[in-house]
Amino acid sequence: MTSGAAALETVVGLEVHTELKTATKLFCGCPNRFGDAPNTNVCPVCLGLPGSLPVLNRQAVELAMAIGTALGCAIRPSSFHRKNYFYPDMPKDYQISQYDEPINVDGHLALPDGTLVGIERAHLEEDTGKSTHVGSSGRIHGADRSLVDYNRAGVPLVEIVSAPDLRSAAGARAYVAELRGILVATGASDGRMEEGSLRIDANVSVRAPGAALGTRCEIKNLNSLRSLQRAIEFEADRQAALLAGGGTVVQETRHWDEEAGCTVPMRSKEEAYDYRYFPEPDLLPLVPDDAWRDRVAAALPPMPAARRAALLERLGDATPAQRDQVASVVADDLDRFVTAAADRGVPAALALARVANEVAALEDPGALDEHGVATLLEMEAGGELSATQAKTVLAEHAASGEDPRELARRRGFERVADGTLDALLDQLIAQHPAEWARYREGDEKLAQFFVGQVMRETSGKADGKAVVAGLAARR
Amino acid sequence: MTTAVELAERVRSGATTARATVEAALGAVADHDGALHAFLHVDGDGARAAADRVDAMVADGRDPGPLAGVPVALKDNLCTRGVPTTAASRILEGWTPPYTATVVDRLVAAGAVPVGKTNLDEFAMGSSTENSGFGPTRNPHDHTRVPGGSSGGSAAAVAAGMVPLGLGSDTGGSIRQPAALCGVVGMKPTYGMVSRYGLIAFASSLDQIGPLAATVEDAAVCLEVIAGHDPMDSTSLPEGPPSVVAALDDGVDGRRVGLVRELVDGAADDVVAAVTRAAAALEAAGARVVECSVPELRLGLSAYYLIAPAEASSNLARYDGVRYGLRVDADDVTAMNVATRTQGFGDEVKRRIMLGTYALSAGYYDAYYGQAQRVRTLVAQAFAAAYADCDVLLGATAPTTAFALGSRTTDPMAMYLSDVFTIPSNLSGEAAITVPFGAGADGLPIGVQLLSPARAEPRLFAAARVLEAAA
Amino acid sequence: MSSLTRADVAHVAALARLALSDEELDRYTGQLAAVLDHAQDVAALDLGSTAPTAHPFAVGTVVRDDVLVACLDRDEVLAQAPAVEDDRFCVPRIIGEAP
Repeated sequence: MTSGAAALETVVGLEVHTELKTATKLFCGCPNRFGDAPNTNVCPVCLGLPGSLPVLNRQAVELAMAIGTALGCAIRPSSFHRKNYFYPDMPKDYQISQYDEPINVDGHLALPDGTLVGIERAHLEEDTGKSTHVGSSGRIHGADRSLVDYNRAGVPLVEIVSAPDLRSAAGARAYVAELRGILVATGASDGRMEEGSLRIDANVSVRAPGAALGTRCEIKNLNSLRSLQRAIEFEADRQAALLAGGGTVVQETRHWDEEAGCTVPMRSKEEAYDYRYFPEPDLLPLVPDDAWRDRVAAALPPMPAARRAALLERLGDATPAQRDQVASVVADDLDRFVTAAADRGVPAALALARVANEVAALEDPGALDEHGVATLLEMEAGGELSATQAKTVLAEHAASGEDPRELARRRGFERVADGTLDALLDQLIAQHPAEWARYREGDEKLAQFFVGQVMRETSGKADGKAVVAGLAARR
Repeated sequence: MTTAVELAERVRSGATTARATVEAALGAVADHDGALHAFLHVDGDGARAAADRVDAMVADGRDPGPLAGVPVALKDNLCTRGVPTTAASRILEGWTPPYTATVVDRLVAAGAVPVGKTNLDEFAMGSSTENSGFGPTRNPHDHTRVPGGSSGGSAAAVAAGMVPLGLGSDTGGSIRQPAALCGVVGMKPTYGMVSRYGLIAFASSLDQIGPLAATVEDAAVCLEVIAGHDPMDSTSLPEGPPSVVAALDDGVDGRRVGLVRELVDGAADDVVAAVTRAAAALEAAGARVVECSVPELRLGLSAYYLIAPAEASSNLARYDGVRYGLRVDADDVTAMNVATRTQGFGDEVKRRIMLGTYALSAGYYDAYYGQAQRVRTLVAQAFAAAYADCDVLLGATAPTTAFALGSRTTDPMAMYLSDVFTIPSNLSGEAAITVPFGAGADGLPIGVQLLSPARAEPRLFAAARVLEAAA
Repeated sequence: MSSLTRADVAHVAALARLALSDEELDRYTGQLAAVLDHAQDVAALDLGSTAPTAHPFAVGTVVRDDVLVACLDRDEVLAQAPAVEDDRFCVPRIIGEAP
């Protein structure tokens, strides 16, 4: 950080665009699906063909209302406007968006550290198509032509606009992480930033603490938490250095260049944009009644903050590491596995550790069923499976979906009887007197030596913890 | 000439075939359209195939519907799958839509046979059909005169007897004014009564599709076929089609008719005289005619010429050379957009796009577009007050009979005044119909206009029928 | 209020992606000014208490179910395009980024 930046406070407001997880687009029945062959999910409406008309998707409205409810917004009578500007990825050369009457206003989001961030609005709008730039650079600058795919045109978006309440890049990152968790929890979004289902613009300014807001720059193209944080840090430093050098910040839109690690001014048209917003005549006002609002609110599942609190309560006195694990399993929507296992008597700490480490590491953990994972953890907790065996069974269960008990039986993972283990331990101690002596003198590493021996003799069927306990009893 | 209702009856009963009916229409088009240029595209093969399907249904003992075998002309701003659709603009030359407008589907489902696409002012912007990118249409009654516009092609096709029925669109009078100038019946339904899905938009909050026909009954049958809720149009009214055919013989006995001063003032003497005769005819049939004044209607023209261009400037942005229609190549995409639009649009379209862009632009929105929308409220309130005392309103349709080709093309304001009596119903969204009622000093047809509240089409048609009988 | 200038017309032409010659600029300025002058009757009204009408009949919220409908055939769509490459619509180079 430059010396200038040290004295200044960073002020950040974020605009987060989230694609809604609907079956169809916002105004037509084409699939809302990522990754299909270009220009296959198109119809007269989303191609903007002459004579076509939009009809609003009920599910998109309900997901927008769910987001608003989760963010504590007031859900209001709203309307759609046309935002007019020419761009080849926009089929009608106007975007249908909510302007002065958005559906959700005046909410807030609480960060895990307790900071409250104001939500100014969360409104519905349609996405654009996607351009690919052809030419030596592969980027927009220096390309000699561009190719447009309209599969994404008309996909429903909710744009969530925060108040300028964030005071650091790390805070902005925490805000997006928490918001992402909320969006996933509501079922509104899959949260896949790498596929562009969450896109972020950041408004960044700096000021002396307590002073009026400084001139802001808007940074576009922030498609990961990492680039968000880096871009804001860079931009705040840039502005602080400018001011320290006696310069002024020019209000402009800047682009985050991930490779170069810096923000650069966007090259846009000379003329100032004049979007000529006016009420979309092809759509009637969207006026959710109380019954509709209540239905959406009643169907809303618990949000991440409540779920973290519930898990922490089950854990009792959580360590800092466990708190991190709780945050991560909730963010990844995996806490239901912990809860399901704990409900069946598995110690919450064990369930949390296994879900945070083993389950989360799987290819597609969300696809597992809670019952199967709970069964597995139950077996491990009950000593029927060793940790190693449990890991093996989990992988096989994830791959095939088969019952963990059946998988364990087929593998021959039966529990080694206590009597058998006692006899085996006595025998091994007799065979390795030097190692046993060192263990008795306090070298704990030797416990692993004996565990290894036992596992070899039992083909991995013994419970490692029982072995350690047996050694300790003989010390 | 035979009416649509009579033709359909003869086709359904087997007295004639749809194929014969359609061949006769195609023959008439071939004979007359060289001089008139009512059609931009004649779909002979498609029409014959459709006629054969109707005949096959009759042969199978199935009912093809109330318009069985009736040849219809479609204004060329209605999308027809696989059939060129241009809105009379060079920017859409050669475009064949991959889908069909709801109204066309409904006509075909009722047995009608589209024979071709008719000429219009480019994107329906005009009152004379002279703004077509493909040359003007002539008035069948006098080839040196305009047929009116923008649905001049459909009006001329019906007036010349080439087809008994046509569809038009009416944004500020584009069905009623050409119907009046060509001497046919033209009807603008209540906004939302007929689906706009597949109608190439001019001004979305004003556009409405309706019939042009030789008789009031044909117009009524056509309206019942095309009207009714369409889930593809969010502004479509929720109810089914109005029962206008059943109301045709209801008469006007006991009806209160308001003769609106603002819908007559400024009209030529012969037009005023026709409206006066129409009032007398309604009175003779038992109606009570009262003269009334609705001063707010005078603001309609200005409000219209702000709202319609504003919506049009946005609706026509999509003609950018990227996805369909004309492209004029250039170095970069912006230059390509500019070159394409500059070459593809005609003068009147450019004029309205710029006017509308201005009315919506930063700093002017409140004074122009916002203010015009408030005037719209005033006009609707004024109509509502008038309808408190009247069942229907009466006035002129157009200020004059058909004017000479080229006589108003250099003075946009003079041309815009052609719509002064028709615009108010578009602003309020209410229904209106024009019925031929005598001729002017020049021997050309005059139309008189009847207006009704929203969804009151049955009483409107009943009154129109009385005038038709008295004409 | 009107007093529309040549510069105003040049500005809206640019916003609307239209090119005008000097002669056209003069002509359109005169014609558009005439229409706007006529519109002064509307612009001059005091209508603060009158609500604007955006839709003739706003009958209530209209939504559709989130159910798939058949898409268009891609070949039919691309057959209408002025230029196509790799099943995409091809356009000349884009100068500015999306706003």
